[in-house]
Amino acid sequence: MQYNWNWKIFWEMSPDGSGTYLSTLFVGLQWTLATALSAWIIALVIGSLLGVIRTSPVKWAVRLGDAYVELFRNIPLLVQMFLWYFVLPELMPKALGTAIKQMPPPWGSFVPAVLCLGFFTAARVAEQVKAGIQTLPRGQTMAGTAMGLTLPQTYRFILLPVAFRIILPPLTSEFMNIIKNSSVALTIGLLELTARARAMQEYSFQVFEAFTAATLIYIIVNIIVVFGMRWVERKVAVPGFIGPQVAGGGH
Amino acid sequence: MSAILTIEHLRFAYRGGPLVCDDVSLSLEDGEIGCLLGPSGCGKTTVLRCISGLEQIQAGRIALNGTWIAEPGQSLPAEQRRVGLVFQDYALFPHLTIADNIGFGLRDLDRTARAVRVGELLDVIQLARMGDRYPHELSGGQKQRVALARALAPRPRLLLLDEPFSNLDVEMREKLGQEVRAILKGLNTSALMVTHDQHEAFAIADKVGVMQAGRIEQWDTAYNLYHRPVSRFVANFVGQGVLIDGRVDAEDKIATELGPLPHCAHCDLTPGQAVQVLLRPDDILHDDASDLAAEVAHKAFRGADILYTLKLASGTRVLSLVPSHHNHALGEKIGIRLEIDHVVAFPTGQEMSSAARMESA
Repeated sequence: MQYNWNWKIFWEMSPDGSGTYLSTLFVGLQWTLATALSAWIIALVIGSLLGVIRTSPVKWAVRLGDAYVELFRNIPLLVQMFLWYFVLPELMPKALGTAIKQMPPPWGSFVPAVLCLGFFTAARVAEQVKAGIQTLPRGQTMAGTAMGLTLPQTYRFILLPVAFRIILPPLTSEFMNIIKNSSVALTIGLLELTARARAMQEYSFQVFEAFTAATLIYIIVNIIVVFGMRWVERKVAVPGFIGPQVAGGGH
Repeated sequence: MSAILTIEHLRFAYRGGPLVCDDVSLSLEDGEIGCLLGPSGCGKTTVLRCISGLEQIQAGRIALNGTWIAEPGQSLPAEQRRVGLVFQDYALFPHLTIADNIGFGLRDLDRTARAVRVGELLDVIQLARMGDRYPHELSGGQKQRVALARALAPRPRLLLLDEPFSNLDVEMREKLGQEVRAILKGLNTSALMVTHDQHEAFAIADKVGVMQAGRIEQWDTAYNLYHRPVSRFVANFVGQGVLIDGRVDAEDKIATELGPLPHCAHCDLTPGQAVQVLLRPDDILHDDASDLAAEVAHKAFRGADILYTLKLASGTRVLSLVPSHHNHALGEKIGIRLEIDHVVAFPTGQEMSSAARMESA
């Protein structure tokens, strides 16, 4: 194989004139993070709401939540991305659809990408929240009621504070997934990290350097997330109950 | 005499299921500690759940302090009943400190008032310096004391305790039982407890209701449950003892293998009727001077005393509790004497709950 390694390529100017290849990668990283963080907020809010109503005594709300989760879990992310980007504007009233399609770049791809990732990950967060609440003994709810709490107050003050502590590790995985999944947004034209690496490869033909850089950046970002979430876990740990010091379980 | 809790003809069934509470009635005086005692599945916990408002009753009614709080299709929400609940598994909130757990029901008070009340209760349960700890750092007995304090903090009108000591070891159970009784009496708090352990029930409660298959068979003092049970079930469930056959004779006595037993005036047993007489281990005394003898079939050493299983001439077995220094070998014949304050007899073959009761002074 004939391949000319050139690690100095990162300091060469990119043909789009915006700066060096390295700086275009970092601009891409900013869009990756902006997309992932915005989507994560949507996922947490909607996912928590869905998780709660799926454990509530209200039958129709439980069914609604279940339907949401099944729908968003069972359609491939790539297909969902195309649905949000290509199909949704067509289903809107004509004026609104046109307005969406005429959003200037990068918002035209950023907004659908954030919504897509947010609603997709919400289904997965909903699963975690539901599981977290269901691991709590039933006595906790009864104790709340006996202490004079209404059901929403019981969730707010008793169930959720404990459930969220329990599901912090799986939520960390979901947060890392949303960062990695944001690369799918390149298919609808969002110039995030993966798209920038691909552009660099197309302009410079230095495919190995471009994707080595992208790989390292993804790994570093996710390691930072892991350490950040571990810090949060330690911060909110309840002595003797949940947290690193009782990894083995037991009393 | 004011009743803090009145239950009239309560009926309850889980959806599509059989009747769990069948015509339960009881009344608890202000400051009294009651207890529902029964085997598991008899419906005793469900009664508590109905009183606390966690279940909707289907018939009958429940009053707290003279106000009706639950009738079919009409009930005060659980969170407004001011009824405290203590659970078998403590149900402490794991993410809150001991002090915050106890102060949880005091959200209406300001910070200082709440701290004062929490401090009082920490003193009452003797965990004064443990306020900053978390539930998982405490022992089972300590957790249950915290659960008690948490339930008592908002000064409930009535405290309900659901098998509060069954997760504790036997020694702790007895000690904590006495402590809880002292605390409740000290605060003049009325309480209703549920348990399957009669020693627990007798140690804590002023009145005990023996439940079976959703019904209260007898609601009475511990003494009366033991000595004057109204049914075979109560006689068997509470304490030890055996039923021996007898026959009512014309002279108002009951003829048994152990000799004639007295018969009281207000019993509706008819002469000639076949009955079964309840003999408790403490009704049969060891007496070397007696001409009545029985063979030692089995013995259980219990420290201060020995529980002998004795075989009578006919082969019938009875129990006798004898001070420990009267140590006899298996197969030995020992003299026995009956000393019965309250003769309890049930007509042979009759249903448990409709049995007759008889006493003699």
